[in-house]
Amino acid sequence: MMMRLVFAALVAFALPAQAEIPIQAVKSPGGITAWLVEDHGIPFTALEIRVRGGTSLDPVDQRGVVNLMTALIEEGAGDLDAQGFANARDALAAQFRFEAGMDGIGISAQFLTENRDEAMDLLLLALTEPRFDPDAVERVRGQVLANIRSNMKDPDTIAARQFNRMAFGAHPYGSSGDGTEESVAGLSRADILAAFKGTLSRDRLYVAATGDITAQELGLLLDKLLGNLPAKGLPAPKRADWALNGGVTVVDFPSPQSLVYFGHQGIKRDDPDFFAAFILNEILGGGRFSARLMTEVRDKRGLTYGIGTYLAPQDYAEMVLGQFSSANGTTAEAIAIVKAEWARIASEGVTEAELAATKTYLTGSYPLRFDGNARIARILVGMQTEGLPIDYAQSRNALIEAVTSSDVARVAKRLLNPDALHFVVVGQPEGLQTNP
Amino acid sequence: MLPKLVLPLLLGVLTSTAALADKVTTFTLENGLEAVVIEDHRAPVVTHMLWYRIGAADEPLGKSGIAHFLEHLMFKGTKTVAPGEFSAVVDAQGGDDNAFTSYDYTGYFQRVAVDRLDLMMKMEADRMRGLILSDAHVETERAVIIEERAQRTDSDPGALFGEQRRAAQYLNHPYGIPIIGWKHEAEALTREDALSFYRTFYAPNNAILIVAGDVDPDEVKAMAEAHYGPVAPTPDLAPRLRPTEPPQLSERRLTMADPRVAQPYVIRTYLAPERDSGAQQKAAALTVLAELLGGSSTTSVMARALQFGDAATAVYTSAFYDGVSLDVTNFGFVAVPMPDVSLAEMEAAVDAVIAKFLTDGVDQEAFDRIKRQLRADEIYARDNVAGLARTYGAALTGGLTVVDVQAWPDVLQAVTPEEVMVAAREVLNRKNAVTGWLMKEETDAEAGQ
Repeated sequence: MMMRLVFAALVAFALPAQAEIPIQAVKSPGGITAWLVEDHGIPFTALEIRVRGGTSLDPVDQRGVVNLMTALIEEGAGDLDAQGFANARDALAAQFRFEAGMDGIGISAQFLTENRDEAMDLLLLALTEPRFDPDAVERVRGQVLANIRSNMKDPDTIAARQFNRMAFGAHPYGSSGDGTEESVAGLSRADILAAFKGTLSRDRLYVAATGDITAQELGLLLDKLLGNLPAKGLPAPKRADWALNGGVTVVDFPSPQSLVYFGHQGIKRDDPDFFAAFILNEILGGGRFSARLMTEVRDKRGLTYGIGTYLAPQDYAEMVLGQFSSANGTTAEAIAIVKAEWARIASEGVTEAELAATKTYLTGSYPLRFDGNARIARILVGMQTEGLPIDYAQSRNALIEAVTSSDVARVAKRLLNPDALHFVVVGQPEGLQTNP
Repeated sequence: MLPKLVLPLLLGVLTSTAALADKVTTFTLENGLEAVVIEDHRAPVVTHMLWYRIGAADEPLGKSGIAHFLEHLMFKGTKTVAPGEFSAVVDAQGGDDNAFTSYDYTGYFQRVAVDRLDLMMKMEADRMRGLILSDAHVETERAVIIEERAQRTDSDPGALFGEQRRAAQYLNHPYGIPIIGWKHEAEALTREDALSFYRTFYAPNNAILIVAGDVDPDEVKAMAEAHYGPVAPTPDLAPRLRPTEPPQLSERRLTMADPRVAQPYVIRTYLAPERDSGAQQKAAALTVLAELLGGSSTTSVMARALQFGDAATAVYTSAFYDGVSLDVTNFGFVAVPMPDVSLAEMEAAVDAVIAKFLTDGVDQEAFDRIKRQLRADEIYARDNVAGLARTYGAALTGGLTVVDVQAWPDVLQAVTPEEVMVAAREVLNRKNAVTGWLMKEETDAEAGQ
């Protein structure tokens, strides 16, 4: 077949000062699309691949299978066992990373120009002929079980899992994608193979590359690397219904400090009010020192080292979440402050000065994210999974600028409800009980 | 797949890197401020860092945590910048800023669009000598660092154990004192403690300016002269001579049990030489040794011997060494046993692997592979100019020079298998080590957990 590359679009957006980042839409001869930023300054390429689905595709009785499968992709492929594969990868000085998340599997690769073909042949082997050797399965299963046991003693994880269990129940979002000691112990090689075939498929693929590679080279590489993946994967999960009311859940844990994880329902990424909500969250609980919660809980009272909130628009549910730690004796006071600030911003909105300062920060900091091949590739894949257009980076700051204080006030009323907030407290907080 | 483990306390993990020599420029101002400019013109962004040659290991006795406490207090304002305004101004420029403290340095940085560099320098120079502290701010911020300690250390048995292990490692050198401070001392730190430390050590002749990004070195120099040039140096600043370690005459061992421990492990650290200016060969050999012994969870000597096959004893193994340190540093390993393997068995298995390695020597193929990876790391490191800036900052506050940093990749490539074995025989000596068992209950030591 003749090689034919289609350039659907070539978009460049200006950073402050002078430089531009030209994002190309590449379509391979075989029909795989990708976004590319060419930069021939350093002789390597960062390739980022994401497949929608992730651990939420676990069959009900096989929780943890996608996670275990993902951890095994690199543990032997084709005629190479685990050590043979690692030796080959390291000899090429290529770096591969495979990660399973709730909504997707991520594959990140960095490889040198001088041996790009060999590095991609090796990645191809992992993506098409993983061996899942019994000894590798047992070894990695042992590592996963060790992780699960560690997480059972980790306050951050305990809190998030308790919260998710109460919020989402039997939906995959209600439990950890790592699985449990029991579920992981029960996974068979056949389960792992089925998970591999069902989750890495072409119908839900997002690809970006940055660095020392041309559009033509990338197109050929993608066909070779991804062209033989199954056309269709497992059916997507259903929406996750919300089942958590406002209140407090205390989980006893021997520690001088309590970890508090809190939140309620949120807003979709494609909601017309998303940017107003984004700005609202930045003012209320952004990680910066000027955010209201940071000012009230840390700067004025010294009750915590850090407090932050964030929007979590996932594929099948949306949340507003936050987290902090405080001494057991001051946790109740800190929670009361969070609720009061939640109520204050919901009823009063934000000041023009806060809005202006936050817009300046968000618009000014946006271009700073695009420094480095690996980071740019990750951002470009993120944009694609969120369904954003290729010229999004150009229009994004205008969307921020367009938000008014009355937009923020309206969204604050709609989104933030102190009575709906549920606080999971892991520690031995004084004066706090589970309620209701 | 690696279990969560707390490895030695270092705020910021440094990879071995070096920039291309032709993109790095240096100059020194008349007041003693040294500057390094790293050019990267791919994006109009700049990282502005000011590093002080002062860290937790330079604190007065009984004042542990003061370097870190002062780092927090540096955001409390000057005559021209109100408390909290520093970060607010950086925010308003769309930038990010923060600070960090380690044993050998305290650093402040901002990452902004390149046309805001002048403003960043102006503010950073202003707070080098102009800090104003109110009692109220000191009180509240002390509560914040106690919360920070509670979050990072007191809530984490691995971190608490790390403190105990370091204290056992260093009998005399202040590297044995935690960066964040012992809790009882950090709770008692005062405004005057902070100011006296500040007045002596925050001075241009004790600082290194690092500017990395889309900049022209001549313009950076002119800007630095305008803002940092007028700042008065501290006269007669004493050299950084810390108490040194006496010879270690007996092996040190410690165990700790905490019900919050999920995954028991064995950790051992050996006192090991650091990278010294003009003499980095031994540290380079130790860097390669760490990679060989435990740099990969699949192919390293420890992983192959302990994590593979029917007789596998470990879930996870790793070896570590960071040569960037002003004074004597550590070489170490950690091993997490399988559920039915005791810590005693785990330790014995690791010791057998080390003994065999000392007899067998270096596998040439693995050695060559690691050399190639180290060379590639240089290329990947150039993708992260802020990371390069940190590499220079840590090296220069750790007693190295720009020339040493730039020579490091070649020094690594020049390491021979013989040098690795000489370094291994010298360092991997239990009489020179601290071995720790972290466990859930004291009984884990004998039986399987």
